[in-house]
Amino acid sequence: MVDIFYPFQWIADKLTYELFGINPETHLAASVNFIIYDVLKIFFLLSVMIFAISYIRTYITPEKTRRILGGKKGLRYHLMASLIGTVSPFCSCSSVPLFIGFVEAGVPLGVTFSFLITSPLVNEAAVAVLWATLGFKATAIYVVSGIVLGTLGGYLIGLLKLEKYVEDFVYKIKVGQAASGTENLSVKERTLTAFEGVKEIVGKVWIYVIIGVSIGGIFHGYAPEGILAKYAGEDNLLAVPIAVILGVPLYSNVMGMIPVVESLIGKGLPIGTSLAFLMSVTAVSFPEMIILKKVLKNELIVIFVTIVAASIIFTGYLFNILL
Amino acid sequence: MIIEILGTGCAKCKKTKGNIEKVLKENGKEAEVVKVEDFETILNYGVMVTPAVVVDGEVKIAGKVPDEKEIRKWIA
Repeated sequence: MVDIFYPFQWIADKLTYELFGINPETHLAASVNFIIYDVLKIFFLLSVMIFAISYIRTYITPEKTRRILGGKKGLRYHLMASLIGTVSPFCSCSSVPLFIGFVEAGVPLGVTFSFLITSPLVNEAAVAVLWATLGFKATAIYVVSGIVLGTLGGYLIGLLKLEKYVEDFVYKIKVGQAASGTENLSVKERTLTAFEGVKEIVGKVWIYVIIGVSIGGIFHGYAPEGILAKYAGEDNLLAVPIAVILGVPLYSNVMGMIPVVESLIGKGLPIGTSLAFLMSVTAVSFPEMIILKKVLKNELIVIFVTIVAASIIFTGYLFNILL
Repeated sequence: MIIEILGTGCAKCKKTKGNIEKVLKENGKEAEVVKVEDFETILNYGVMVTPAVVVDGEVKIAGKVPDEKEIRKWIA
């Protein structure tokens, strides 16, 4: 297969060895080359991916989503909610209004959760950075696992009949007619919206990417080969749960964590453990829990976090065994 | 004119407020700018993605920070 990222490697090589004149045999060269290559590739893929998803997103409004999913039960609607979650924005500040909007439209609680689990877990920015660093295969595994996790996690929550753990006021709120939809935009307006999406997200995450790539680059160049295989390899069964627990407090920095994880994989961290860590960073975050606490009782939050964390740990073991 | 900014205190809502106040000042317009953080009011407007801006009871934008050009249109 032709490596479409070859030009970036070429630029990185030119810059490192010729312009900066660093001896290719050194740790410094390995680090600098890694940093330049990763930064170019990440920003390229970030822009392309965010543009594409932002464009698609102009067709999938929350109003439309809740109309489609209202009153629908069954596994395939969980899958649909989970898929819609992948192209929905990942700002946790909208979780509560979305949650109430869904419940009000008669979307079953479990289907709503399928959406809520996948929405932050599979987002275009994380997918772009994953693709740029870990390659297509690992990214595909991450995305498919995320969709399955949202589908089944929400399905399980639906089976447990937890409606009583939703705060009562949620059922009383009436959602008004939405005034500003993006359903009738022209191609030009959609393109503009997509460009704005790129500007907004890249403007927000670039600093994390640079920091993450730099840390990853230093680790890549200087850490001993196989150091992680020795301590956090596949035979260390505790590695996956520990990775998941470590991921929880790192919520907002997933763009920075991915390049670091890339370098950890290079030193022998198994792929299942790595993906479990990243899923935990994106899917379970304290600020989101605090926001959701306004509409969910503690019991439901605990069940939600337990189901998601357990599924992520399972996914980690699964891919450590399979790959 | 009453301009309501709907959102629960995330960074984007602050930016929205900043943009609106800037445009108002530049154009010498007076308006009452209010932040609305109560979910019931937000949803009563039919807004599910924040930040959103409501001018005199009409939802102008939802789910993104308005740029200065958009704001100028609303206050004209």
